[in-house]
Formats: sequence, C-alpha cells, structure tokens
Amino acid sequence: MANGEGAGIKGRIQRWREDFPIRWLDDHYIARREFAKALTIGSALLVGVNAVIAAVGRWVRRPGQMEAEVPVGKASEIPTGGSVLFRYPTDEDPCILVRTQSGDLRAYSQVCTHLSCAIVHQSEKDSFLCPCHRGHFSVNDGRPTGGPPVRRLPRIWIEQRGDELWAVGKDS
Amino acid sequence: MSERALFIDYARCIGCQACVQACEECDTHRGQPMIHLETIRRRDSVQTAPQVCMHCEDPICAQVCPADAIKKGPDGVVHSALTHRCIGCSNCVLACPFGVPKYFAAIDQMMKCDLCYDRTSIGKKPMCATVCPSQALTFMTPEELERTRRGTAVNEWVFGEERVRTKVSVVVPHEVKEVHVNLVQLGKRREKAEPDDVAALLEEG
Repeated sequence: MANGEGAGIKGRIQRWREDFPIRWLDDHYIARREFAKALTIGSALLVGVNAVIAAVGRWVRRPGQMEAEVPVGKASEIPTGGSVLFRYPTDEDPCILVRTQSGDLRAYSQVCTHLSCAIVHQSEKDSFLCPCHRGHFSVNDGRPTGGPPVRRLPRIWIEQRGDELWAVGKDS
Repeated sequence: MSERALFIDYARCIGCQACVQACEECDTHRGQPMIHLETIRRRDSVQTAPQVCMHCEDPICAQVCPADAIKKGPDGVVHSALTHRCIGCSNCVLACPFGVPKYFAAIDQMMKCDLCYDRTSIGKKPMCATVCPSQALTFMTPEELERTRRGTAVNEWVFGEERVRTKVSVVVPHEVKEVHVNLVQLGKRREKAEPDDVAALLEEG
C-alpha cells in the first residue's frame, strides 16, 4: 500500500485491502503485470473466437447448405456450347449450367456480381456476358474477365448420377 | 496561498437552516439534505450546530464498507457511495463517529456529503458555505481564517481511544488543541438524565 491507507485500528496493513483500496489513485492503478496479463488474455480470446468462427463456417454450416439438392436436367440433353437455366438453392436464386467448348459441365449463379443483372451465355466466345454494363466472366472458373465486375460468380456444384444432373452445393 | 478548505465555526451558527435548504437543491439528491443541523441541549439553549462530512484522513465509513463502495479522491474528499456498489447495509451509518452518512430505505442506498464535489473540484465554494449568512460554514484558506476569526482551526478528534484527523476543521478557542468527545457507556443507565439526552428527558416527563 503506497501511502499507509488500509492500516487498520491496530496499525496492521491488511493483505486484502490491497485488492480493495479506499483511495481512487490506488484503485485505478494498473501494474505492468496486470496490463500484460490483460493483453495476453485478450489476444488469446481474440484468437480463440476467430478459430471458433472459422470452425463454424468450415464444419457446422457447410453440411446444412449441401442438404439442398435440386435436379437440373439430363446430361445428354446439353450439347457442347449449350446451357440450361435452373434455380438453386431456393426459387429466388437463378443459376445457369453450361457445357464448355472442352466438354466440361459448369454451373454458376446467374446474378452478375456488379449490379445483379442476369448474365447470358455466349457459347462461341466460351464466356458469360452481362448485358447491363458489358461485364464478362470466364465459363471455366467464373472469374470476371472484363467490364465493371470485380468478384467472381458463385460456383454451383453439379453432381452427375447416371444421366441425371443434380445441383448439390454452392460456393459463397 | 494555500488551498481553500471548509471550516465549521459552531459558535456562529444561528440555526437558520439555510445550509440545509441549499444542500437540498443539489440535483444529485434533490429534496434530501446531506447536512445535519443538530440542536445542542434543547432544554437550555437554542444553540445549533451544522454537521457536514468531515472527510477523515482514514475514513472509517470506507474501512467498514463490505461492498467497497466508498472511495477517497486524491484531494482528500471522501465520496458518497458508488450507487452500483452500495448494498444499503448501513455499516457506514453505524461506524461514522460524526453520524454523517444517511441510509435511504426508499432507494436502499447510503448518501452522504461529498463536499459538493462538482463545485469544489472546479474551485467554487460548497453550497452550504455559499449561503451561510453568519459564515459558520466557510470555505477559505487557513491564512484568511486566522486573520478573520478569533479561534483556531482544529482537525484532531479523540473518541475514547480512537484518534481521527479530518480534512474539514472546526473553529475552537485557542487553548484547545484537539476535540475530545466523551463516549457513552452502553448498557449503563444513569440515575439522572443528562441535560442533552432528550429521549431520557421525555421519559422522565
């Protein structure tokens, strides 16, 4: 105790009084050790909470999204350069499935990442075009290749079961 | 020039209650004065004495507070209970040798004089000293007091075996160096009522 506060009637300084001082100055005094402890615990908590959020995104929410499975059509009915429109995961989310020139099936959200116009497939250029502001996206990975959009189209994961195509998941 | 302090000159008190009324005006405890205006020997005299918090150097009220609610500022002012900590246990009310803290059952809180901290911390006089017409309560430097008053200011109190030093001083005759307050022996009934023991006087009829 810095200034003899807490010396009781008998003149003996009580140990507990140091934790509950009467003077403001003693009460508001923060020792270097307490400060370092608060910093350490605070950053440990920050790391822990971040890990929990990441874990929830990685393991807890993903299966819930994959539960929705929607039939898209038959693989044999889509020629090279052809496309099919469908909605996934809900009826509010328009999506497009295309067969690229190399013969792969690719599906993306049909909503342009610039200002949410509907994109159209251009089979001869093997790309998507947003007619509103002439935004271009690659059909292979959905990345913007020209125009104002800067974010890629969300990918829809397609699974082939026999001849049936099913939409089974969506990248955010 | 030393710092201004509060002085109580009991001999000057005329019992006008101005300090009590002024204290009541404060927004933090509107309608509830923190000053006790005591009547001394009611049967024989009209003498009254104002009692504000004396702001002890080692505040007993804070020592006995189990909730750590009473704090003392760096300038020696003992503050009223922190409202979120005070549990209304009345320990301080019982412990204070001057009888200053008051317990308010309606809000289950203790409140006491904090030397008008909002005013004195920015150099203004406390409200009671501002209004006192006879300057029984006065806020001035010790030099000013010495120049204008007959007695000397004393802030040493002796209660039985307990010595208390206070921030607020009282004006007493020159020969008095410390104020001795006699203690009442509990459980011992006097044969004749003391002249200032009003309760016993009423019993006698």
